[in-house]
Amino acid sequence: MGTDPQGLSPSSLRDLMLAFILRRLMQSTLVLLVMSLLVFVGVYAIGNPVDILINPNADQQDIARAIAELGLDQPLYLQYWHFLSNALSGDLGRSFATGIPALELIFQRMPATLELASVSMLIAIVLGIPLGLYAGLRPESRTARAIMAGSILGFSLPTFWVGLMMIMVFSVWLGWLPPTGRGDTVMLLGVPVSFLTLDGWTHLLMPATNLALFNLALLIRLTRAGTREVMLQDYIRFARAKGLSEQRIIGVHVLKNIMIPIVTIVGLEFGSVIAFAVVTESIFAWPGMGKLLIDSINQLDRPVIVAYVLLIVFMFVLINLLVDVLYSVLDPRIRLADAAR
Amino acid sequence: MSEPAAIQTPLRRFVADFAASRVALGAALLLAMILFAALFAPVLSPQNPYDLAQLDIMDSKLEPGSTGVAGNTFVLGSDEQGRDMWSAILYGLRISLGVGVLATVIALAVGTLVGLASAWIGGRFDAAMMRLVDLQLSFPAILIALVLLAVLGQGVDKVILALIIVQWAYYARTVRASALVERNREYIEAARCLALSPTRIVLRHLLPNCLPPLIVIGTVQVAHAIALEATLSFLGLGMPITSPSLGLLIANGYTQLLSGKYWISFFPGVALVLTIVAINLVGDHLRDILNPRLSR
Repeated sequence: MGTDPQGLSPSSLRDLMLAFILRRLMQSTLVLLVMSLLVFVGVYAIGNPVDILINPNADQQDIARAIAELGLDQPLYLQYWHFLSNALSGDLGRSFATGIPALELIFQRMPATLELASVSMLIAIVLGIPLGLYAGLRPESRTARAIMAGSILGFSLPTFWVGLMMIMVFSVWLGWLPPTGRGDTVMLLGVPVSFLTLDGWTHLLMPATNLALFNLALLIRLTRAGTREVMLQDYIRFARAKGLSEQRIIGVHVLKNIMIPIVTIVGLEFGSVIAFAVVTESIFAWPGMGKLLIDSINQLDRPVIVAYVLLIVFMFVLINLLVDVLYSVLDPRIRLADAAR
Repeated sequence: MSEPAAIQTPLRRFVADFAASRVALGAALLLAMILFAALFAPVLSPQNPYDLAQLDIMDSKLEPGSTGVAGNTFVLGSDEQGRDMWSAILYGLRISLGVGVLATVIALAVGTLVGLASAWIGGRFDAAMMRLVDLQLSFPAILIALVLLAVLGQGVDKVILALIIVQWAYYARTVRASALVERNREYIEAARCLALSPTRIVLRHLLPNCLPPLIVIGTVQVAHAIALEATLSFLGLGMPITSPSLGLLIANGYTQLLSGKYWISFFPGVALVLTIVAINLVGDHLRDILNPRLSR
């Protein structure tokens, strides 16, 4: 950032940067507010929870008391105001079905989802980058064509059906892996995890692979495209002319240059992996927050739905904000363009 | 497949270009067969799978190729109620394709209108609309659809509505981008000099020239819509039991899968995958042909 194109001093550049981050922060807060309102009104305006949550055989008094307890008799805007002020202090209401605070319920389930998402991302990275690299270096080879055909399948096949077929093959026919559940867990820093036990791994492997398929295909394509582009650059020719070994060229010069888009995508995709975990968790009965969401939708347990959605929205806004800010640190043109707007 | 007015190459060259790729031709053929099967499901299927009088509980969960009580053959096996899977798949294809195409067409119309209006009016309206598009596209489609259906409840109309809301933003952004380029072209200026009404300029002159990228995205989006609907139905949030799409058939087979009765889930899934892959391949190839930068 030594020289800048528009003749701005370093301090005014820093001001621009600060303004950029502040503006993005305000936008993010606005997005959160709008989403909370949309979600609240949408979810709270449907159905009558009284019919679902309260025993139909209860007498009028019991029903009235339950309604008052749940706050369902108040006008919507009061319910929202109540909800918003509580949300800011970390209280997103209690689950209608269990009486446990909604946020607590989600946080109980969150480690399982985060573990599943992390392992699936890891699988996608560990397999995707080498496969994509190979396909990019030898684009005409038969193996490369097979890899690319496989990646098209990874995009086209519906995840949930592949999950079912995995259960059919590996659990029902071969009997190698358990079809559902999380297996033995071990406490790590006060959080139960599966990846430290063998039984946990056998439970984790199938859902994580299933969840990884889409990103595996994506990473293969990205790495391949990046590699093909980088291999044509002058610096690769110079590295060759210098007599560097092929390993060093690929390991240092190619990999380093294709990493920037890959890291970005991995960061951005982590959010969608957590969203897609809803499907995978439902298939493999993985006790994460995605399964909690589906169960809550089926029970019309609205505080849990609202809390889940707000948490996910918060996460996405945060990820987007981080990526934007990181970009503006890496590339001054972005914040300049933003300031000029 | 009719030639969109925007392309300068004649229809014949378009067809020749398309036929040059054997994969694309095969995919188009497969897609035509699937569409045919879906359209003529009542004629092609050996039984009406939802006419209870034609079902026999004794035929329940038969393996593929076995013979039923009435002497009929269950080519792809039968489900719990003794329903012929082949017939159920043909009827399911109808529902899946119907919902996917309908939702995509409506979303395309809505998105195109918003995109054209955004490019033509500009200013605050444009800024507001594009912010909305940005906001929506920053969340995964499945999440938006899940939340919408949690809010709206079950039903065919609600699934279609959710699929429309999930998709419109893509079209709006694409149309706006091409309309912004096209509106500065000479032919628009000429139309303005002729004092044509803005509506006429936008719809008769601007719109046809923004169509090619839309056709491509629209084709691929049908596949996305079908996959999304199947996923939602599998999760129990999509189609109601009265409209058994392929996703719902797969979901029904899920409970039987663990006892080794694979065919109830497997074959509807194969039909789903073939449909999605065929649409994607055709769409990919359309993009290659319609993209002038790639023209040979």
